[in-house]
Amino acid sequence: MSSFPLLTVAAALPAVGAVLTAALPAATSAKRRDINKTLPLGISVLTLVLAAVVAIRFKPGGARYQMTEHHSWISDFGIGYSLGVDGIAVVLILLTAVLVPVVMLASWHDADPVANDAGTFERNRRTQGFFALILAVEAMVVLSFEATDVFLFYVFFEAMLIPMYFLIGGFGDRTVGEDARQRSYAAVKFLLYNLLGGLIMLAAVIGLYVITAKQGIGTDGHGTFDLSTITQALASGKLHFSPVAEKALFLGFMFAFAVKAPLWPLHTWLPNAMGEATPGVAVLITAVVDKVGTYAMLRFCLQLFPDASKTFGPAILVLSLIGIIYGALLAVGQKDIKRLIAYASISHFGFIIMGIFAMTSQGQAGATLYMVNHGISTAALLLVAGFLMSRRGSRLIADYGGVQKVAPVLAGTFMIGGLATLSLPGLAPFVSEFLVLVGTFTRYPAIGIVATIGIVLAALYVLVLYQRTMTGPVKPEVSGFRDLHARELVVVTPLIALLLFLGVYPKPVSDIVNPAVRDTMSDVHRTDPAPAHPITAAQVAATNSQGGGQ
Amino acid sequence: MNPVNYLYLAALLFTIGATGVLVRRNAIVLFMCVELMLNASNLALVTFSRLHGNLDGQIIAFFTMVVAAAEVVVGLAIIVSVFRTRHSASVDDTNLMKL
Amino acid sequence: MDNLIPVLVGLPLAGAAVLLLGGRRLDRFGHWLGVLASTASFGVGLVLFFDMLSRSTAQRPAFEHLFTWVPVAGFQAQVGFQLDQLSVVFVLLITGVGSLIHLYSVGYMAHDERRRRFFGYLNLFLAAMLLLVLADNYLLLYVGWEGVGLASYLLIGFWQHKPSAATAAKKAFLVNRVGDIGLSVAIMLMFSTFGTFAFGPVFGAAHTASQGTLTGIGLMLLLAACGKSAQVPLQSWLGDAMEGPTPVSALIHAATMVTAGVYLITRSSAVFNLAPTAQLATVCVGAVTLLFGAIVGCAKDDIKKALAGSTMSQIGYMVMAAGLGPIGYVFAIMHLVTHGFFKAGLFLGAGSVMHGMNDEVDMRRYGGLRKHMPLTFVTFGLGYLAIIGFPGLSGYFSKDKIIEAAFAHGGTEGWILGTAALVGAAVTAFYMTRVMLMTFFGEKRWQPDAEGHEPHPHESPSTMGIPMVVLAVGSVGAGALFAWNSSFVKWLTPVTGHDEGHSPLSSWTVSGITFAVIALGVLVAWTMYGRQPVQATPPVGSLLTRAARRDLLQDDFNHVVLVGGGQHLTRFLVYLDAKGFDGVVNGIAAAVGGTSGRMRKLQNGYVRSYALSMFGGALVLVATTLLMRAV
Repeated sequence: MSSFPLLTVAAALPAVGAVLTAALPAATSAKRRDINKTLPLGISVLTLVLAAVVAIRFKPGGARYQMTEHHSWISDFGIGYSLGVDGIAVVLILLTAVLVPVVMLASWHDADPVANDAGTFERNRRTQGFFALILAVEAMVVLSFEATDVFLFYVFFEAMLIPMYFLIGGFGDRTVGEDARQRSYAAVKFLLYNLLGGLIMLAAVIGLYVITAKQGIGTDGHGTFDLSTITQALASGKLHFSPVAEKALFLGFMFAFAVKAPLWPLHTWLPNAMGEATPGVAVLITAVVDKVGTYAMLRFCLQLFPDASKTFGPAILVLSLIGIIYGALLAVGQKDIKRLIAYASISHFGFIIMGIFAMTSQGQAGATLYMVNHGISTAALLLVAGFLMSRRGSRLIADYGGVQKVAPVLAGTFMIGGLATLSLPGLAPFVSEFLVLVGTFTRYPAIGIVATIGIVLAALYVLVLYQRTMTGPVKPEVSGFRDLHARELVVVTPLIALLLFLGVYPKPVSDIVNPAVRDTMSDVHRTDPAPAHPITAAQVAATNSQGGGQ
Repeated sequence: MNPVNYLYLAALLFTIGATGVLVRRNAIVLFMCVELMLNASNLALVTFSRLHGNLDGQIIAFFTMVVAAAEVVVGLAIIVSVFRTRHSASVDDTNLMKL
Repeated sequence: MDNLIPVLVGLPLAGAAVLLLGGRRLDRFGHWLGVLASTASFGVGLVLFFDMLSRSTAQRPAFEHLFTWVPVAGFQAQVGFQLDQLSVVFVLLITGVGSLIHLYSVGYMAHDERRRRFFGYLNLFLAAMLLLVLADNYLLLYVGWEGVGLASYLLIGFWQHKPSAATAAKKAFLVNRVGDIGLSVAIMLMFSTFGTFAFGPVFGAAHTASQGTLTGIGLMLLLAACGKSAQVPLQSWLGDAMEGPTPVSALIHAATMVTAGVYLITRSSAVFNLAPTAQLATVCVGAVTLLFGAIVGCAKDDIKKALAGSTMSQIGYMVMAAGLGPIGYVFAIMHLVTHGFFKAGLFLGAGSVMHGMNDEVDMRRYGGLRKHMPLTFVTFGLGYLAIIGFPGLSGYFSKDKIIEAAFAHGGTEGWILGTAALVGAAVTAFYMTRVMLMTFFGEKRWQPDAEGHEPHPHESPSTMGIPMVVLAVGSVGAGALFAWNSSFVKWLTPVTGHDEGHSPLSSWTVSGITFAVIALGVLVAWTMYGRQPVQATPPVGSLLTRAARRDLLQDDFNHVVLVGGGQHLTRFLVYLDAKGFDGVVNGIAAAVGGTSGRMRKLQNGYVRSYALSMFGGALVLVATTLLMRAV
């Protein structure tokens, strides 16, 4: 392997792109504005290419962390600039890189200036700032997936809040009659909620450092933040947490991730943020940024604190189970399309977290696949919903009806997005949802069974949403709707293609994920529960000759 | 005479000065009270010097006097200029920078 | 030859993809493309069937493994097909009846501007249904299972501009999803017990598992079957599903999809045979449903809803037979196939009547149609004779066998089940005769509709006529063909097993009693609807009739308990989320804000108050120091 710093470049590209985009001269005409938007789009596509290169160069079954880079950063505190990816990180980076250009294209006109009374536009950098901020978020998210140093991760985990804050607070969903006060409330709530989680995590990060320093894990009597060093020291017994310390540190990390993910009952910021943001930004929140939270549970909570993870596992499972049902029930009761999708996401995050803490291969592989699939399916549903809302300028479900008649392609894509959200077999989310359920069931049957209620409720909120907006008599305000045009089709086609492909043939992704899951399982010293009555080879042979299956 | 009595006197003077600073509004009076507190501490310092038998306290007292003199020069100048513009020596009226 | 199996599924799937993605340019000939995909699949099915016939019994099952679907540690889901004697019966039924109904729809949907899409959905349904019966493991079966649910949803709600159709579609999908919980849990139980969910290994190892586990799996599979096959307590969606176009009711809600539950139970015979409790539950569900459906069928004035009640009831027979174990499996499947013929034929006939009557569905507005629609009358009549079990026709061979098997179950249970089945047969004869008399006999009762158009009943075009004739031939001959030399029993025995059982009554006795009760049913119906004219407005009716018109109040129960309760629950939760959880969050924020607002007041800008706090602080410091020294 060459020492080309691929991971750094993959993250630096959007970061540099963000700066460049912001620095472009302000647009004077619609044409110049398009040029200013094409640059960030091009950069996000290039990032996708780089992410694909990372995925191709990644060797499943090779070293745990690949394409690693290590540089000392603040050596007095054992902080290093250490990057590396395992299978889980690879697929999530790829997801991010796929979604960002899609989101940009979907939000093409969302930040365009509004004409003033004189019919002219104020000349400023607002429009390109929107795209620059999206690129900045992408850079931070990619770096958090790549970081193998706890402190480095913390830095990016927190830093991504800043561009997100401006995206939510600065660019409301003007198509739906924005309310600046609601919007700034949502943005501030998002920021404070996540900052609080981050601060508690910072305390735990420092605690971790102090313990490693005391036990002499790092070099020269300093502590260390390096993930591999700590995991190895844990495995070899060189590093030992006292039970109380481990539990406290685990809770510190977990709190931050549970806010970000979000886990019930720390979810209340999500519906506000998603409701007030533009559809594209809402996709960034739920499909990209929130995934860092669930990813970090898998990466940091389980690896660093295996015993505490086992102790708190059942409690977290119960919370995630409540989240599944609670989120779904609230989604049923929503009047606002975007808030409905937000609550549906809370339900889905319950499934992801349940898969992680079920501590089985199926659960964790399912959770990882779920992160990818939920990203794609929610993006599809939310972006098509955005197209719908941009035609009417309302986000209330009751303002629509009969859209199917006037815009069948829009309705069809909305249906596919909805079917993916309710995990229809044949579409990608089914695979992951079933893996999570099976993985949970093998260890905690009761929780697995109750969680299946979630699949009925999912059908309820999706079909109610579809019925109220798309079917029935055509409302007068709806009758003039245009069907999806070229740009919108370009946005949804790749998402739908991915949903179908990963539903039928998820093996390419699961092959990348499986070795990483195996490593995580061995970190927490857990093996899958064995079947009660495993099939013997003789039985298989006997049934085959009788004419059974293989 | 017992040197401790000088300390009582110093404490008494300081208390009078402090009370004056807290309750009076006239800038000149405040100023004089601050001087009173400074001199009370000077008295205490000199007494301590005597008690301990070295010159440290006296040296500090000289420093205090120099600082107090400088402060009077600057402070009085400010008070006079404020009085000229606002026709009042009350500290409460000087609130231009208050929110 | 085995590699033709995926083609069976692939052809209609490709048809669906082309039709749904092709856009408007396919509008002119798209429907024939759909018919082609379906008949081609039927052709492949026939080839595979004759190939299977040519092999010895042990060599008949064929397997085709395509690729590994989801591999995660011990969880290895495969995409593989299994074509054995049971699947091939279904393949021929689905593609055969399916092709006929495709053809019928060409005429029936001729005036619908979205006909291309309709055929796309029909093809999608065929693909999913074939996947369901060809899968070699439960997870792949699940894909087909939900796939037919989706197709059913799309087709019930095909006329989406009607709110009632959209609601019915949603209801069907939701109730099916409740059943899907059963299938999910069953698969999870199998995986945690055996480490696999492929048919062969699970059935081979079933005897090693504990009784409790097997009962659990069996009951969960039964729950799934109840959802899909509209059995009590999940039957409520089927009547509403008649909102869909009539060919859909014929294909999906009569001949094929609703019988998937029977397929599931029969396929899992190895599990059910070892779980008597689950079997008992199955026969109970079947017996209750066959009476339930029959009673509902008696009271409906909507011709399609009456037939829907009948479908429910006939599937109740099948489920009961499947629950009886090896003495019943074969007859369940046999009745399934013959029912596929005659019920599809009846629905197509009903569709033909509606087509001629400006889409009127109320039988009280029909009457005397036999003169206007002779072909429909004859084909419908043959289907009618088949369903009531007139000797020599299809229903006679399959239904009598089920009644016989019910008695052969033995003990008190056998008597109860047998009696239920007999009562069901009598009621079937009653409501079918009622349908027949109200539609085709008596005086004409139709009136001009609201816009003043008088219906002009006329015979349907040949694209609709041919399928009706073919299905009528099947309704007449299929039973005898299957019963001849016990060919059907012999064919299926290697898969499902068969046991003659010991009936306390001889075969002829059962046939005799059955014939007697059928005659009784026909007679009662004739006295009520034949001898005296049918009223154009429904009479008030007895308590039972009124309840039956409302689906025996089951919908009202659902509405009050589930819908009403659910709405209150969600409303409460929305309130709780806004005031409770978000209230706590906002409360903390407000508390912090309030505290800082109060703290801010300490910074009042008066130097003397700062000085005071300074003195105070200094005093506290000194006091503390002194205190510490004192201690």
